[in-house]
Parts: sequence; structure tokens; C-alpha cells
Amino acid sequence: MNILKKLSLSVSALAMVASAASAEISDGVVKIGVLTDMSGTYSDLSGEGAVVATQMAIDEFGGTVAGAPIEIVSADHQNKADIAANKAREWGDTQQVDAFAELVTTSVALAVFEVAKQQNKIALVSGAASSPLTSDACIPTGLHWTYNTRALAVGTGSAIVKEGGDSWYFLTADYAFGEALQGDVTKVVEAEGGTVLGAAKHPFPASDFSSFVLQAQASGAKVVGLANAGADTINAIKAANEFGLVAAGQKVAGLLVFLTDVHALGLDTAQGLQMTVSFYWDLNDETRAWSQKFFEKTGKMPTGVQAGTYSSVLHYLRAIEATGSDDTDTVLAKMREMPVNDAFATNGVLRTDGRMVHDMFLAEVKSPAESSGPWDYLKIVRTIPGEEAYGPLSESNCPTK
Amino acid sequence: MLTDLLGIPPQVLFGQLMLGLINGAFYAVLSLGLAVIFGLLNIVNFAHGAFYMLGAFATVAVTQYLGIGYWGALIVAPLVVGAFGAAIEYFLLRRLTGVDHLYGLLLTFGLALVIEGSFVKMFGASGLPYPVPAQLTGGVNLGFMFLPWYRGWVVVASLAVCIATWFLFERTKIGAYLRAGTENPKLLQAFGVNVPLLTTLAYGYGVALAAFAGVLVAPITQVSPLMGSNLIIVVFAVVVIGGMGSIMGAVVTGLAMGVIEGLTRVFWPEASATVIFMVMAIVLVLRPAGLFGKTA
Repeated sequence: MNILKKLSLSVSALAMVASAASAEISDGVVKIGVLTDMSGTYSDLSGEGAVVATQMAIDEFGGTVAGAPIEIVSADHQNKADIAANKAREWGDTQQVDAFAELVTTSVALAVFEVAKQQNKIALVSGAASSPLTSDACIPTGLHWTYNTRALAVGTGSAIVKEGGDSWYFLTADYAFGEALQGDVTKVVEAEGGTVLGAAKHPFPASDFSSFVLQAQASGAKVVGLANAGADTINAIKAANEFGLVAAGQKVAGLLVFLTDVHALGLDTAQGLQMTVSFYWDLNDETRAWSQKFFEKTGKMPTGVQAGTYSSVLHYLRAIEATGSDDTDTVLAKMREMPVNDAFATNGVLRTDGRMVHDMFLAEVKSPAESSGPWDYLKIVRTIPGEEAYGPLSESNCPTK
Repeated sequence: MLTDLLGIPPQVLFGQLMLGLINGAFYAVLSLGLAVIFGLLNIVNFAHGAFYMLGAFATVAVTQYLGIGYWGALIVAPLVVGAFGAAIEYFLLRRLTGVDHLYGLLLTFGLALVIEGSFVKMFGASGLPYPVPAQLTGGVNLGFMFLPWYRGWVVVASLAVCIATWFLFERTKIGAYLRAGTENPKLLQAFGVNVPLLTTLAYGYGVALAAFAGVLVAPITQVSPLMGSNLIIVVFAVVVIGGMGSIMGAVVTGLAMGVIEGLTRVFWPEASATVIFMVMAIVLVLRPAGLFGKTA
């Protein structure tokens, strides 16, 4: 036996040991595909930051799980469902992507759900907000992590009705998410004894909100609910201030406001605004430490969507670590079995309808005097227990729950 | 009875008409710039939205770094962005004279993507806030609506600029040269007029108009890298309806489309984003050269 033959034998023996270690990991690699809005309306609240957050979860594992390397791929879906679905299909079919992450914009999440269902892959939804994602539109492998429109309605909606804001008018983004949010808030308002006077649907995205603000003014409602997000919310709030809606005694309720929106508006305009958040960097030592790391990489404090993306990917990897497998059903079962504990959630529970139930927070934007500097924007008014925010499992219409 | 017109309270109707006029003023200034550029350079300037965005960012920048405030920005921002536009004409667009229109369109479209992309990278998509100048905060109750002083000022300033531009092009010697340059640049050059300089200035002027609209809009919406790309398609439709290259057409159509859009928001809000394109389709069928365009 010459030396070359010996060498090749020992190399193949080594290779066998290595493949045994990741025997249960398909293709020998765990690949996570982050599909998000990198350049549009939602790119600040998600975008690059969501990719960084995913990478932070991977880094906590030192880049390998169950003996296999973890890889990340990302793409800009431009908030377009067709682009997102094509990319997801390509990733799943040809690039061995095991899980899709982030998926902001409801229409995108719905389209990727379709692909995930066909390919039996896990979809970790963070940015999309519509509650039907774990109800009528649910799929067995679709997990909804950060928040949903029901939780937002329970938080901000009921708080405002309790303060006497019992008649509402909505400015609603004209797509699935706006409709879901308006629907969920309407339910809460009516359950608390309030009334909804009407709604104006605006194109998504829109830049000029003056005419919609005028219609809201004419409605005479005490509360103008903004069933939109991102730049749309910012511009709607600006228009409401400019046209004297707030000065005349009507209240503006941002139903989905992100930390980045407050940052962009400035405290002068945003102060006093109530918002429901899934995460705030300044909640406790753990959130501060994690957020500081995020800040060092991006120059911004994380939004709930970004922290939620981190948490969902981390939990997914933990389940792979625990089972030694990336088989969808095995990993899913483990994810449901383990409580979610990280910088984002404490004792979160993953339900069979795909909903990750965790506490939410009702927050109020500080006044410039109360704030000690950039990113010190929110004070937490109330912790909303997960069960209250997301409702019982029996409320979900998910057929596979 | 005026209390209810087709089920719409009159204050809503008048309010939307007023807002339509305000938006129309923006469309007018933006489409005017496009019309000037197309009329004189035969370039379909797809970077117009990006220049509009640059105007708004320049407003924030001069306020922050030069400390000259909104009123100074009204002059400085269009000058700076206009000069940038002139440089683009001189170094890039000039190389495309004599080739198909499509190349100018592609070049300016590419420029717009590069400019907008780098601004998203630098400032993020939510952009920066810019306050309404102190002299123009508050507003007046017109009975049917609350009109912020600033919006009123936008209409006045836009119309003043439109009229000045029309005067410049139709009633002055420079305007006569420019128009002659479109008809027959070689002949004009033979008379000793520096035609290349004239085109550079004309492009710079068109770009400055876009930047001027950008300054006007800065206190109204968030100053964001994507503000131009949302608007540019509508403005193109306005130019097509008015007739490519027609100055009067751009202004009148701009105002009219603003009002039509405002009315649609009352009667059929969901269609407000598309109504201008429906008008465009109808106009193209009936008068392919646009309402004010000369048939070739």
C-alpha cells in the first residue's frame, strides 16, 4: 500500500465521520433565506437590519449547528408578492434553502406561504402583520413571530377607547394588511362600546395624505386610526398636524408605529403618540445588551421586526441543535416544545396554528424634555400579557391547528 | 340644496377641490421642467424625480450646514441642484445627441436609480423631517376647510414660477433663441449663437424647476429618497396629456389633473391613483399629440 493510497483512505474515513455528524442535516448545510424590503417603504424598519439580526443569531451558534455550517442568503422582494414567490421557489428548488425568514408585507408573506407549503419548508414571518396569517390563511409550516394586527388592536385600540375615544374613522392602506388591521381594531372598538364612522382607503404607498385627512376631519370622529405603516404613517401624521386635525381636538392613533418612524418624525411631532410594540431596546439589561450589539453593526437601534427576526431564527437553530436534524416536521415539533427565551421574548409559546405568543407592550412617545438623547423615545405604559394580545387558540380559524 | 351634492357634503367637495389645486401646482412645476427639457433637448428626463428628491435633501442640508433656513434654500437648493443637472448634461447627455431618444431615457433612468439607491443607503427609506417655516405655520379656516398657510404659499409660489418660465420662454430673447434652437440648431449656430451652452443651461433650468418643487414639498411630506420615484410616473402622464414639450400645456394640465384627482378622491377614492392614467389613455386615443401639442 503506497503512501498516497493510505492518505486517500484516511481522508475518506475522515469524510465519513464528518458526514455522520451532520447525517440528519439535508445537503450538509443549514441555509436561511431572508426575504425582505431592502429599498422601499419598509426598508428602515426591516431591510438590511433584518439581515444583520439573522446573522447575529447565526453568530451565537458560531456559524455551525449540529455539525453543519449555517449559511444565509438574502434578497430584496420590493414589497411585491410575485418577486418574493419566485425568489423563494428558486431558493427552495435550487439553493437548498431550509427556511424563509422576515417576509415583511402581508401580500409577500401570503405568497411565500404558498411556496413553503408546496416545498414543506418553514416560513418564519416577522414583519408582516396580518392576523389571518395564523388564522384563515395559515399553513402548517408558517410561523408568525413578532406581532399581529389583533395584538396591535388590543394594545392601542382598547387603550384609546378606554380614554374616551369611542368614535373612530380609519385611514387604511389599500391592501391585505390595512384591511386586516382595520378589521381587528374595529372588533376591539365595538367590543368596548365604541363606533366606527367610516374609512378612507389610500393607495400603498402614498405620499400626500391631505385629502384623506380632510375626509377624516369631515367625519367628526374623535379618533382617526391609521391602519398603515412605515412612511405612510409618517406622512399621515405630518398631514394631520399640518391641517390642524389634532389642534381641533381629534386624536390620531398610529396603529402600527415603529421606533424608526418615531426617529424619522422627531419627538416634536411624535410626542404623546401611543403605540403597541413587541420589543423596545430599553426594556431590561438583556434587551439593552443585544440592542447595543445591533447598534454597533447598523448605527440604529433595532425595531421589533428586526429583533423578532433574530429571535425566530435563533429558536429555529436551537431546535435543529436539540434534534440534530433539519427535517421540517422534527424541527417544528421541537420549536413548539421549547419555550422561546431570548432578548426578544420571555417564555414565548409557539402554538399549533403557528402563532408565537409572547407579551406585548403599550408605549407612549416621550416629549423632547423627557428624552435623554437619540433613540430614547418610549416609555412603557403597560405590559399586555401574551394571552390577552393574541387571544386563545380557539379564536383561530386555522384548519390545521 | 347645496347641503348634499350626490351625497357628498359641500365642505368635503370644496376641500378636495382646493387640495387638488395645491397638488396640481406641484404637478405643474414638475411637468413644466420635464416639458422644458423635452422641448429643447428632446430628452425624456427620467431622472426628474431624483432631482426633485435632491432639491428636498438640499433644503435639509443647507438649513443644517449653512444655517440659511427655508427662504434661503428656496434660492440656493435649485441653484445647486440645477448646476449638478447642467454638469450631467455637459458630461453625459451631450454624448447622446444624434442617437435615438431611447438612449437619453435609459441614461436618465439609470442615473435616477443610482442617485435614489445611494440616498436610501445613506439616509434610509423613512427619510428626514423638515419643519414648516415659522412664518407660515398655522392656517386659516375657510369655512369649508382648514387651509394651512404653507399650502397656500405653495400655490402662489408655484404659479409665480410657472408664469415666470412662460414669460422667459415666450417673451424674451433668450427664450426666442431656445425655441429657435429646437427648430433648427444648425442654423442658429450659424448665426453665432452658442447652442451647446444654451442646451446645458436649459437642462439645468429644467432640473432647477424640479429642485424648486422639492424645496416646496420638503415641509409637507417626509424628505425621503423615494419621494421622487412615487411621483415621476404621474408627472410623465401629465406631460403626455398636455403634449410633450408644450410649456402652457404642462402648466394647465398639471393644475387640471390635480383637480381631477381631488374630485376622484371624493367620489371614488380607490381610483384616485389611476384616474390620471385613464385620462391619459383617452387623450392619446383622441389627440395623440396631447391637448396642447402640435401634431407632427
